[in-house]
Amino acid sequence: MSVDETTTAARSEALAHVAHKPGAAKNDPILKADHVVRRFGGMTAVDVDHLEVQEGVITALIGPNGAGKTTLFNLLTGFDTPNTGEWSFQGHSLSGKSGAAVAKAGVVRTFQLTKALGRLTVLQNMLLASPNNPGEKLGLSWLPFLWKRHEAEATEKAMEILARFKLDAKAADYAGSLSGGQRKLLEMARALMTDPTMIMLDEPMAGVNPALVQSLLGHVQALRDEGMTVLFVEHDMHAVRHISDWVVVMAEGRIVAEGPPSTVMKDQAVVDAYLGAHHDTDLGDDALLDPEVLARLEAEEEKR
Amino acid sequence: MDEFLRILTQSLGEILAPTTAAMAIAAIGLNLHFGYTGLLNMGQAGFMLLGAYGFGITLTLGGPIWLAFLIAVAAGVMFALLLGMPTLQLRGDYLAIVTISAAEIVRWFGRSTLWQEWTGGASGLQGRYFKDPFHALSFLPEGRFALGPFEYINTGSDSWFTRIFAWGLVALLLLFVWLITRSPWGRVLKGIREDEDAVRALGKNVYSYKLQALVIGGAIGALGGVVYAIPTAISPDAMGGRTMTFFVWTILLLGGAATVFGPVLGSMIFFTAYMFMRTGMRTLSEDTALGNFISTTQVEFIGGMLVGITLMCLVIFRPQGILGNKKELAFNVR
Repeated sequence: MSVDETTTAARSEALAHVAHKPGAAKNDPILKADHVVRRFGGMTAVDVDHLEVQEGVITALIGPNGAGKTTLFNLLTGFDTPNTGEWSFQGHSLSGKSGAAVAKAGVVRTFQLTKALGRLTVLQNMLLASPNNPGEKLGLSWLPFLWKRHEAEATEKAMEILARFKLDAKAADYAGSLSGGQRKLLEMARALMTDPTMIMLDEPMAGVNPALVQSLLGHVQALRDEGMTVLFVEHDMHAVRHISDWVVVMAEGRIVAEGPPSTVMKDQAVVDAYLGAHHDTDLGDDALLDPEVLARLEAEEEKR
Repeated sequence: MDEFLRILTQSLGEILAPTTAAMAIAAIGLNLHFGYTGLLNMGQAGFMLLGAYGFGITLTLGGPIWLAFLIAVAAGVMFALLLGMPTLQLRGDYLAIVTISAAEIVRWFGRSTLWQEWTGGASGLQGRYFKDPFHALSFLPEGRFALGPFEYINTGSDSWFTRIFAWGLVALLLLFVWLITRSPWGRVLKGIREDEDAVRALGKNVYSYKLQALVIGGAIGALGGVVYAIPTAISPDAMGGRTMTFFVWTILLLGGAATVFGPVLGSMIFFTAYMFMRTGMRTLSEDTALGNFISTTQVEFIGGMLVGITLMCLVIFRPQGILGNKKELAFNVR
């Protein structure tokens, strides 16, 4: 058995006995969230009772528009404050921590609208992400001999990562001159500079041309194969089915289903979430005029 | 022709004038705010006025000169902390609103009779209260010295010593800003200028960096105020007004934001052109038929208007300034 197959086997083993239901307990959860609620005025954007993310696998977070996926991302990474809820990463609580503190704990994220730092070069974008650079302290910044070595090592590492993402030829160009797809790649590459334990990608394939999607998917899988935990939001179902090991489905702020990609799409709750619970009800049907049928439909609605 | 030469000499004299250096220093501070970190400080004049007060009042009360400089810098630091701590967590525009009003508050407190005993109220502090300890620092011999057409006394208000001191300070601050901004610390500032959320997501404490930049730039602004006050006087309306702030902005944008020498070049060109324009117009108004349309008193106002128009044209046609990198800016102009 090759190494690749072993890890694949280990991965499916890790998730083999996990129940296919919302909030299912995992064998080695790296991220645990409880009772996370975020309201915008009267609208409840996120209401997640329990969520566990398995370590070392790719978990996809899907759901129709407005399901609260990005809001949940923002909450978990410290970019938004929930009304209630707590969550922990590797057993340490992250609730109420700032975005910077979450990143320092090893959870790095990317954004749905890419945030390449346009007026910095590609290499500077990468170097900026290097953690613990002594030259970033004001007191030491004017003494180059204190940070030259860290800088040189970081440059070497940055060029390696850039080469992997085929951006090394662009290292000296301003990030603002990159194409949309290249910016996505740069953002992912930059995230890797921080040596994350877990990487959270917000719609990594959005707006990327199909030819590049394939290589992006490859990169995401490579991250997992290096031992990183990946959680990503995506609308492209082919991408989700292709690379994810586990899928969490959100609708109207709640987690409505969980399971492996092959079966979760067939889950009634998922079909309802995407197509509506009454998608096969014929609105021209005279039965709808029957009070009994209407009462039954309403009762169904209540139960949901 | 003689008249023209006189105007030209007077204008070129502005290149090394102490006020040019003072405004260059204020622009160096603003450059750290706006050019590198993207902070919209619309109240640099407030920092300058506070610095000048700190310096002037300490000396008036008989404090030693080193303490006067220290207090000037401390005033800038305190002001920056006071403004930055509540606003830097908000979006950038709020800092602009807060700084422009805070600078006005400083000016009105200076003008008011509340602390007239120390600030001199609306008429300000005369130079004679604080100049002597500064002139005592001079290492130049008594007398005058002429360099080409430029002749000044060695030690005094509009003197060679003031020039040497002012430009020495400019050089020192340029070196300081160059050292800190070419470092990884400076790179974080530029990252914040581009997108602070992205920098936050990489594990940097954005708030702390912004506060550091605001404090350093503000302290430099306060020193600019000191240098501005030394050859003249401390007058709240002349120094702390919005006009002053917009002069500093014009200088920075003219020279080129986020460049090391931009503020200095901008200040030199600005004051030379400003002087040339005003003296030129005044002479024309006095000696020619133009005086029938534009009186000499109107020249000042027209000068001010032209500065505003220049600022607008700069932002529209050459936002990167003289020294700025066009490529660097091109991506952000939409």
